Amino acid sequence: MATLSLNDVRKSYGKTEVIHGVSIDVEDGEFVVIVGPSGCGKSTLLRMVAGLEEITRGTIDIGGREVNKLEPRERDIAMVFQNYALYPHMSVFDNMAYGLRIAGIKGDDLKARVGKAAEMLGLTTLLDRKPRQLSGGQRQRVAMGRALVREPSAFLFDEPLSNLDAKLRVSMRLQIKDLQRRVATTSLYVTHDQVEAMTLADRLIVMNKGVAEQIATPMEIYDNPANVFVAGFIGSPAMNFFPARIEGGHLHLADGSQLPAPAGVSEGSVILGIRPEHLMPAPLDAEGSLSVRVLAVETLGADAFVHATLGDGDADAIVFRVPGHDRPAEGERVSLMVEPGKAHVFDAATERRIAEA
Amino acid sequence: MAEGLVGTSRRSLTLAHVLLILGCVIVAFPIYYVTVASTHSLRTILNPPLPMLPGPETIENYREAVSGGINRIGGVGVDRLLLNTTIVALGIAFGKIVISMASAYAIVFFRFPLRMVCFWLIFITLMLPVEVRILPTYKVMVDLGLIDTYAGLILPLIASATATLLFRQFFMTIPNELFEAARVDGAGPWRFFKDILLPLSATNIAALFVILFIYGWTQYLWPLLVTNSNSMNTIVIALRKMISFADADTPWDLVMVTCVLAILPPVLIVVLMQRWFVKGLVETEK
Repeated sequence: MATLSLNDVRKSYGKTEVIHGVSIDVEDGEFVVIVGPSGCGKSTLLRMVAGLEEITRGTIDIGGREVNKLEPRERDIAMVFQNYALYPHMSVFDNMAYGLRIAGIKGDDLKARVGKAAEMLGLTTLLDRKPRQLSGGQRQRVAMGRALVREPSAFLFDEPLSNLDAKLRVSMRLQIKDLQRRVATTSLYVTHDQVEAMTLADRLIVMNKGVAEQIATPMEIYDNPANVFVAGFIGSPAMNFFPARIEGGHLHLADGSQLPAPAGVSEGSVILGIRPEHLMPAPLDAEGSLSVRVLAVETLGADAFVHATLGDGDADAIVFRVPGHDRPAEGERVSLMVEPGKAHVFDAATERRIAEA
Repeated sequence: MAEGLVGTSRRSLTLAHVLLILGCVIVAFPIYYVTVASTHSLRTILNPPLPMLPGPETIENYREAVSGGINRIGGVGVDRLLLNTTIVALGIAFGKIVISMASAYAIVFFRFPLRMVCFWLIFITLMLPVEVRILPTYKVMVDLGLIDTYAGLILPLIASATATLLFRQFFMTIPNELFEAARVDGAGPWRFFKDILLPLSATNIAALFVILFIYGWTQYLWPLLVTNSNSMNTIVIALRKMISFADADTPWDLVMVTCVLAILPPVLIVVLMQRWFVKGLVETEK
């Protein structure tokens, strides 16, 4: 168990910098998820912590000790890989015991530690099997067990659930969370799936193009996204964005509709962001409402997502959420109210969040 | 399956079997004939036609050959020839496997300057077979004093671009994560090689071993050049030396015995390792 700090960590391949300085202090036992679209550098960052990629600049400390120049085995970390990376010729027991054997642990001590990890993961009856005789979920658990037995300072997860089917992913997600709580080991977890990120994380790092766009708790990121990228990336379906202008105390949208402008924001071009769940149907043409035409309705059961365009024009489609039993028909005109205080205003040039409305 | 391939009618089935049996007979007959000839006296062999059934001289012929009764190769026993050939074939097979695995391991799993240059250098030696570089190689062996030694017989044949390529292709199919997982587990390069790469390559090694053992066993040109003393001959070279241009000068009965003994070890290797051999050639899932 240990703290983990990244201090202006950078990575370059030749002259191209791919990680532009990431800093975070992960507390002892904290579960931090790095999330971002593919190619944002999140895996590279994790592999730098693991010692599988060199650190070009900056420092990484694990448990107060700088590990920049240490081999992976000297960093006291364990890693779970996306494709599990189990040794195909070894039994489940040997897979889990391999790291311990190298560390010089043998005999009853070895058996006890592997046995304990196997029990936590429900693998006790599978210890003699080879990886090819296991299902995807079982392999995933063995990979977790291999990390667990080592009792490392930190767990590193590299998209561990992306090879599983949707149902298994949900149950494994809960297991990982539960397990991490029980062993209370500092964890870094990389994923591109924002649902995974939101549900698992104590804190989130949202990455884009090698930059940590925002580091905060999941709810803080949901409620107060730092910029347009974070706002659009976290939340499903994604936040709706409207180009707008602030003039005379009002927000003017492209179709001519007006909303009250937030206080303390100077006049000029902005981007208005509203989450689908914060747009509510209102009486037709009510004051301060947006008028949209329904393009399509996706029914999910409890909810339905309605795709619509602002006004009658061919503006970009927006999405809002309605109860499953009370949904508009295609082609219908609907008025929408914004839930007070739930709209976000971003600067059009810098794309940074400047206010809520 | 077989029925599906050749049709189900009785006639075509019979025809197929006749053809296959005919093929087997054509392939097997010379070997049978050699075996039969090895059990007859020289006199019987030189007076055609040769009987089609084994004769009474089996024990005498084999004893004479093994105890060194063949004058044309200086009275060296076939047992000595078999020993020489076994050492050379095993040396070449193991040497090739070790060298090519090591170089493939370096090329695939390590990042070092001029890595691809090394790879291509190995690759282009495929275009330089032993025969092409035989003169300089011979000179080197003479200068090193390796004529008439096992080292001289084995070393020049060990470097193998083909085996290196085979191992490279196989190593490339091993996911990089496995290497990284082992690194995180604390395994250094040597441990990874020993604990993970070697067990995973077992079937490939077995298949390659069979091929290379036979390659080494049947070497002709290089052993012919690099051995002068009769006691260092391989069995293939000795066979050649036993045969004179004059029919009467050749101990045909003993030649046949030597032939049979020369065939046996490779056959044994193939039979014993067949399961692994086939597995190594067809296995793709890792």
